[in-house]
Amino acid sequence: MDFTTFAKPSTVDTNNDKSNSDLHFWKHVEYIENHGKDQDDFEYCMTEFLRMSGIYWGVTALDIMNQLDRLDRKSIIDFIRRCQCPVTGGFAPCEGHDPHMLYTLSAIQILCIYDALNEIDCEAVVRYVSGLQQFDGSFFGDKWGEVDTRFSFCAVAILTLLGRMEGTINVERAVKFVMSCCNQTDGGFGSKPGAESHAGLIYCCVGFLSLTQSLHLLDIDKLGWWLCERQLTSGGLNGRPEKLPDVCYSWWVLSSLTIMGRLHWISADKLKEFILSCQDNETGGFADRTGNLPDIFHTLFGIGALSLLGFEGLKPINPTLCMPQYVIDRLGIKPQILPKP
Amino acid sequence: MSDSDSDDWSEEWIPYSQRAEWADVVPLAQDDGERPIVAIAYSPKFREVFDYFRAIIAHKEKSPRALELTADALQLNPANYTVWQYRRDILRALGSDLYEELDYLEEVIRDNAKNYQVWHHRRVIVEMLNNPSKELELTEVALERDNKNYHAWQHRQWAIKAFDLYENELTFVDRLIAEDIRNNSAWNQRFFVLKHFGLTPEVVQREIQYTMNRIRVVKNNESAWNYLGGILRHGDHGTVNRNVEVISFCEELYASGVRSPYLLAFLIDLYKEQCLQQTNEADAEVLSKKVYNLCSDMSKNHDVVRRKYWQYVADQLKLKLSEK
Repeated sequence: MDFTTFAKPSTVDTNNDKSNSDLHFWKHVEYIENHGKDQDDFEYCMTEFLRMSGIYWGVTALDIMNQLDRLDRKSIIDFIRRCQCPVTGGFAPCEGHDPHMLYTLSAIQILCIYDALNEIDCEAVVRYVSGLQQFDGSFFGDKWGEVDTRFSFCAVAILTLLGRMEGTINVERAVKFVMSCCNQTDGGFGSKPGAESHAGLIYCCVGFLSLTQSLHLLDIDKLGWWLCERQLTSGGLNGRPEKLPDVCYSWWVLSSLTIMGRLHWISADKLKEFILSCQDNETGGFADRTGNLPDIFHTLFGIGALSLLGFEGLKPINPTLCMPQYVIDRLGIKPQILPKP
Repeated sequence: MSDSDSDDWSEEWIPYSQRAEWADVVPLAQDDGERPIVAIAYSPKFREVFDYFRAIIAHKEKSPRALELTADALQLNPANYTVWQYRRDILRALGSDLYEELDYLEEVIRDNAKNYQVWHHRRVIVEMLNNPSKELELTEVALERDNKNYHAWQHRQWAIKAFDLYENELTFVDRLIAEDIRNNSAWNQRFFVLKHFGLTPEVVQREIQYTMNRIRVVKNNESAWNYLGGILRHGDHGTVNRNVEVISFCEELYASGVRSPYLLAFLIDLYKEQCLQQTNEADAEVLSKKVYNLCSDMSKNHDVVRRKYWQYVADQLKLKLSEK
């Protein structure tokens, strides 16, 4: 991602990292702000197909760090407007690409953060999303027909953010499809009926149930235990049994547990330690694992997880929508969250 | 991001602008709008290929040379789904030999086994051909390289479901579990296959034996224990405490000194269920004590990191007993 063209002139003194914790706050701000500047062009070209999501990751992380004003609102909104497909109403990741559910959600999330939904044709988005629902309740990601529980989450997240859940899709069938992806062996969810449980997809399904006010359908204790089991001795979380820990699973596991009111079942201190160990102390940004190169995706999920853990100096984040809580409040949205038992 | 190592251009690369057969095409640069807000310094090769790609899209050209151009573009960026979509349009328009496309994809998948777009393209082509004869082998090769590759497992499940290829799948799963007894993907596939054939009481009994035998080999195997619980709950209406053989199997493991958290967790579930079904108060108390002791042992010794969970489990039982 390159934010240099969105960034305002900066006067950040990165040596003045006066944090009393071990979070390299200003380095991360600088990392996001300058992302792409020092990277070779090849990497930038390669990520064109997901640029809209890249902007969402950066904008959200900066807002959680209370530094949203470092990016130029107007040029980002102009960019988003240019990415809306005039035919389908969906959003492409970048001009010259085809629209897709994934980038449509990213675009709507950014616009909500900037309180700028009036800048685009929201009715066209509703038509795009509802048009992708299938008879069995599932959703296509785009016109080519890939089905995945990720797209079920995207669909209800978009419609919730637009305040258009009612009367646009068949919610009952959508819920039935997601529940058909729940595995009897471990209480988790996969991408399709029968597919292996995977923490990223569990987040999508638990988030989906939170948005459709259907959390009562979950076997909370069983799924909660499986999610807790993802914590390894390093403190980090993996996404499936016998896999390596990864900072992005800090978000997916932790947000699912938070929605289910079971955040306290894992060791917050050990996880915090693991996440902080994945910071790049020189360039800023978070990597997937300690010692690896940082990227913008893991930077948002590292910051987001720290916010869920109540880290000082970060704004609260909504576990269902992965957006600043004040934005969700401003929209008057209340995704279901279970109380701590 | 893809796994590909896409920068390996050969020395013989001839730019499109110098190829006679492309002389009639005017490349189309990326239009960044009035002010270029996303200023990109593309590499010359990347820029050229995609400028020509934009030009053929603009002219809706669907020709053999356009098909070749998409292959160049996809070598540069196999995750660019717009290129894959246009490639499909060309294949349809030309009525191309789709078996050749399968061969091409086999290579691309070998280098990009964790790329959503490639696998999806493969699926669309197989659907167009209505012939899944190469899919089991293709995914088998991908799983030999990474036995938990989610994309490969998804594709395999899709092919099996869509074309009814369940017949020999259990043999395949057996082999994978034999190679890596902790492979959760393989255990999941086992459940997927058996659910299709029907989890009859005989099958449940056989699976219980199978799983206990695997647990005897590796006691601390999360996947096997989850599988055992899933199979038992399926056969016994949501409980794990009715199979005498499993109960004595677990108690023997415990008595022999095994303290795997998965064994203890299983025993806790089992005693908890028995305790709540128990009408005799004294017996219920003995069972509840067992649960409390195991929970305490977990939170103090064997699963300290999740101690709050184990306290919760003990508290829940106390609460339920007091409501009884």
